[in-house]
Amino acid sequence: MPILGTIASQVPGKISVGAFESIATVTIGASASAITFSSIPQTYTHLQVRGIGRAGGGAAADYNGINLQVNGDTGSNYKTHQLYGDGATAGASAQGSTNLTYMGVATGQSNTASVFSATIVDILDYTNTNKYTTLRALSGTDSNNTYGYLQLGSGLWLNTAAVTSLTFQISTVGFGQYSSFALYGIKGA
Amino acid sequence: MAAGATYEPIATTTVSGGSTSTITFSGISGSYTDLVLVCSGNSNSGTDYPRLRVGNGSASATGYSDTQLYGTGAAGASYRETSQTGFIFATYPATSAKITTIFNFMNYSNTTTYKSVLMRDNNSAGNVTAAVMLWQSTSAINYIELFITNNFASGSTFTLYGIAAA
Repeated sequence: MPILGTIASQVPGKISVGAFESIATVTIGASASAITFSSIPQTYTHLQVRGIGRAGGGAAADYNGINLQVNGDTGSNYKTHQLYGDGATAGASAQGSTNLTYMGVATGQSNTASVFSATIVDILDYTNTNKYTTLRALSGTDSNNTYGYLQLGSGLWLNTAAVTSLTFQISTVGFGQYSSFALYGIKGA
Repeated sequence: MAAGATYEPIATTTVSGGSTSTITFSGISGSYTDLVLVCSGNSNSGTDYPRLRVGNGSASATGYSDTQLYGTGAAGASYRETSQTGFIFATYPATSAKITTIFNFMNYSNTTTYKSVLMRDNNSAGNVTAAVMLWQSTSAINYIELFITNNFASGSTFTLYGIAAA
């Protein structure tokens, strides 16, 4: 069978699409209770956060939820809808009037130390002050043993303010070493 | 905060002739943070199941596991696979309908963690799937291989992008 191959390093003329810009990255050196992106520029149309994560400590768990608060708002101003699968069962859930929205999962301490979850969160139309802010997440962890978890999440922040900061937390245990999250801005036309 | 344009196209492969069974992206630069692979493909002959492998210098035949969540149009379900020789990521028909799949290789070049890959697969005539795949290696990924037994159909396209964090 023929093989069609591309040697990526020999492809000339890389072209920057230009509409997707890196804003900031946080990589955890030891452990941290939270990852915060603050003073977010208001010059983009959408934001995307991409990263790998692992719980920092506490009781052993297969996975830990990643919570998100916007603009430091700790009030009961969030909603979440989730579709999830644990490798055996698919399910759906909803949380309303909570003080955070559930945007992803981090690998828990019961798994091999080298395993990290993967998470992508989109914050859509984040500067618009005429509507509440909608978020979505694709996140999952698999550890080649008895557990895996995949989440498709939708979050709502019940506030019309522009988003200027994002704080990710893992309840009580924080983020572990080598967890790394990067914030990107996506321009409109 | 620093800002810089990113999300760069690295390479694109378009299949012609219907006699290609393996597509590779090799020599991938480690200068990005994440890779995104956008696939639009189908089988040249009969229903077939394309497989993804990654590696450093060549495609690794061990160390894969995954957790999947999918909907059939009537119900949702989830399943897991452990200790696989690759990641079977879709069902490719031999009809003209292309199946679209997007892979996100997260933090692919670090040498500290195993590599997690997020995938979304869309088959308008079959399942809609989301998955997380684990490659149990701390090696940087610089090689991606897609394989299908009955060859990729002509017109199938595969584009690799790089995203660099500040």
